[in-house]
Amino acid sequence: MADTIEISLTVNGQPRTGVAEPRRNLADFLRHTLGLTGTHVGCEHGVCGACTVLVDGASVRSCLMLAVQARGRSVETVEGLAADGAPLHPLQAALSEHHGLQCGYCTPGVLMTLLELQRELSGRPVDEAEVRHALAGNLCRCTGYQGMVDAALAVLNAPAGGATPETR
Amino acid sequence: MTLAERPAGVGISVPRLEDDALVRGKGRFLDDITLPGLLHAAFLRSPEAHGHIRSIDVAEAEALPGVHRVLRYEDLRPLLTMDRIPVAMPSGALKFDVDPFVLARDEVCHVGEPIALILAESRHVAEDAAELIMVDIDPLPAVVDPRDGLAPDAPQARLDCPDNLVARTSAAYGDIDAAFADAPVRFAERFHLHKGGGNSIEPRGVVARWDPMEERLTVWNSTQMPHRAKRLLVTTLGLTERQVRVVPPDVGGGFGPKFVFHPEELAIAAAAKLTGLPVKWAEDRYESFIATVQERDQFWSMEVAADADGRLRGLRGTLVHDHGAYTPYGVALPYNSATNLLGPYVLPAYALDISLCLTNKVPTTPTRGAGRPQGTFIMERILDLIAERLGLARDEVRRRNLIAAERLPFRTGLKTRDGGEMTYDSGDYAECQRRALAAADWNGFPERRAAARREGRFLGIGLANYVEGTGRGPFESASVTIGPSGEVVVTTGACGQGQGTVTMLAQLTGAALGIAPAKVRVIAGDTDASPLGLGAFASRQAVTAGSAVHLAAGKVRDKILAVASDWLEVAAEDLELIDGRVSLRGAPEVGRSIADIAAALSGSPGFSLPKGAEPGLSAAADFQPDAITYCNGTHVAEAEVDPFTGVVRLTRYVVVHDCGRLINPRMVDGQIIGGVVHGIGSALYEWMRYDATGQPLTCTYSDYLLATADVVPRVEVHHMESPTPLNPLGVKGAGESGTIAAPAVVASAVEDALRPLGVAIRDLPMTPDRLVRLARQARAAA
Repeated sequence: MADTIEISLTVNGQPRTGVAEPRRNLADFLRHTLGLTGTHVGCEHGVCGACTVLVDGASVRSCLMLAVQARGRSVETVEGLAADGAPLHPLQAALSEHHGLQCGYCTPGVLMTLLELQRELSGRPVDEAEVRHALAGNLCRCTGYQGMVDAALAVLNAPAGGATPETR
Repeated sequence: MTLAERPAGVGISVPRLEDDALVRGKGRFLDDITLPGLLHAAFLRSPEAHGHIRSIDVAEAEALPGVHRVLRYEDLRPLLTMDRIPVAMPSGALKFDVDPFVLARDEVCHVGEPIALILAESRHVAEDAAELIMVDIDPLPAVVDPRDGLAPDAPQARLDCPDNLVARTSAAYGDIDAAFADAPVRFAERFHLHKGGGNSIEPRGVVARWDPMEERLTVWNSTQMPHRAKRLLVTTLGLTERQVRVVPPDVGGGFGPKFVFHPEELAIAAAAKLTGLPVKWAEDRYESFIATVQERDQFWSMEVAADADGRLRGLRGTLVHDHGAYTPYGVALPYNSATNLLGPYVLPAYALDISLCLTNKVPTTPTRGAGRPQGTFIMERILDLIAERLGLARDEVRRRNLIAAERLPFRTGLKTRDGGEMTYDSGDYAECQRRALAAADWNGFPERRAAARREGRFLGIGLANYVEGTGRGPFESASVTIGPSGEVVVTTGACGQGQGTVTMLAQLTGAALGIAPAKVRVIAGDTDASPLGLGAFASRQAVTAGSAVHLAAGKVRDKILAVASDWLEVAAEDLELIDGRVSLRGAPEVGRSIADIAAALSGSPGFSLPKGAEPGLSAAADFQPDAITYCNGTHVAEAEVDPFTGVVRLTRYVVVHDCGRLINPRMVDGQIIGGVVHGIGSALYEWMRYDATGQPLTCTYSDYLLATADVVPRVEVHHMESPTPLNPLGVKGAGESGTIAAPAVVASAVEDALRPLGVAIRDLPMTPDRLVRLARQARAAA
């Protein structure tokens, strides 16, 4: 086996450590080393957006980032949006309500993109063009995007104190 | 059948049962599966479009630490009952046996064809090892353009086929010579059409495990067709039905290619059996571009005969279809194009000669729409051309040619591919077009165009009509079982790849039994749970599996009512099923739980069952459609085109769709909108390109473009509901239809936008560079 390296980082607020080859990318590290399979891999060349996670709050194509580059940093994945058994995050609930997912494979990446947008907006209203621009880096073959755009508009333009507790 | 007779559970947008796990990242997709001792697979694939394999030296690769085995054709062949994988569908038109091999035997016929299978402790190591395999290939001339491949002096795309015309067939009826004799309008046109791959965001993948104790193979397969995969594994591995289980995990999109049984599916299963260890192969995107089936190129050459009032007299011509290097399917793809060309129109005579040419590229098989968008594109372009020649409005020329509602059921004169009559069962095509034009404010468009022109913008509008044959047989099977625990379990051969199949079937079952859909457990596509089944193709599962589940749930309901009627001593008509109980209408306290009835029908040792009852609260049903049911629709789109950059912006998109009764209207909308956007991709962006030697050029999503959220319009969907008499639910398929008219309507709108320049759209896709060139040529000619 090739040389391995110990990688410690924060994932969804919890300290995690895994051992992996230096060449292992962050997506594979999350999925296969830490067992967080919610982050999906669609193209492995940074275009489809299925593997989008947040690193120190900024969206990253985890297929294009080496796991070692995430050492000591804070990573957020879809699993961090709602604890097991807990109510869904408003973005998750809205995606379902507006039929913004079908096969669900691109969905985790879509959610992380929208989470970043939600924080950037911090309550500022958003129009459809801006949502579509934000989602332009997430390929979806099922939905035609309309349901996820509607879901995003519903959550992001909800009245303050309404459906948007996520404003850290 | 009337709309008033809407069956229970039909017409309600039940929230999807699939969603909770998926939005939490708790779905279980193929690559999420891990097993103890799992080996990871990579394939060494042909770098040549065509060549003869002289030798494969795996010694260095096998010596790499972490590599378990490297397998070639000769290593796997002893496990197999036959040289080739018998995947071709029955077709008298196929001249040669061009079924694929599990791994290349001595000839490679396309870039990406698997040559060797590496099993290692990780995918990284397996790919490292692939680079250490020494393959000596003598390159051979490649057939890339199917038109060249049919030339008398063309090289052979496959050395085992004497020529490249793998099949020739036709679609014809009526007196075509008479239609053309003295026709007041006659002209000819050529079209070069392209349609891309399926591009599910989850690529293909297989995990296989051989259990030596039970001598049994379990295959988790990201497939649309688990039962077909099982049957092919049974046949090729020489196993019995009992020894093979195929089960689809959550599948991240299908769109056609996952219908096809690819060589990798057999190779991984055989490797698991050979090594006794579980094996996983998760396709990467590069493999997906070079080894997963696509749809690709068609070359049409058509002659048109019409009357002076724009009514069609006849169409004749030729279609040359790029078949690729193997036959994983048959001739259905171009035949669908040929038959779907008719659309909702009266075409008195038709003669199309279809040639399928072997090429040294990935095989072609249907992707969403399955050849129909191309046929619809041809017919709709021709109608626009007739309108232009005669100075008629484009909506009017269609109105004159549409089949009148009172003529339905309408026999077209063609045969379906299974030999039945191609008969449109129900619908009102003129009304559908009327509603679409009204919704899109067709009549108000000239004002919008004039306003745009004043600002220097080129705005156009287009329309297109289509039909789609859906709900193909031969059957789908289902069972509904309630045990003493009260759990309702539905099993079926149907399976979902995002369509919401589980929700749809739970909804129908729940409605029949008075149980919340969320309490119904649907096991879809597991071959252990359903001995018989087909799967996802031809927009069929609501029609076939929906009907089968509806019938099975109805039988279970009848059993419940019979027992309860006896126990409660009331007539069955006075009973109702609510929340898991059967009770006297209006007196819910007088009743029993369904679980009690299930327990009674499970029997107690030595005691009789309730009077007249058969054992088990369970029923099975198969639904065999008598004929294909045809959905239809009209699309209207507005496009703004910049003739200097070639960029097309769709500013409005209206669909009126008729798929009979809607089971779950929101999910149907989702199917239509998703299909439209797929079709917009075919119209404007997606293009799988090859160089002159057969090397694929567009193998990333930066080179091969899918439609993204920022370039697609909001799609406005309206429904008509013309129930079909061909199934008990009155439903027609909806999974593919959105794609079918999109290239045609976008072409119509783009051409209309550039009408001041005289640009003619004949080819797909309409990429910016092509449009700029067309605009330049038109200006030069003017």
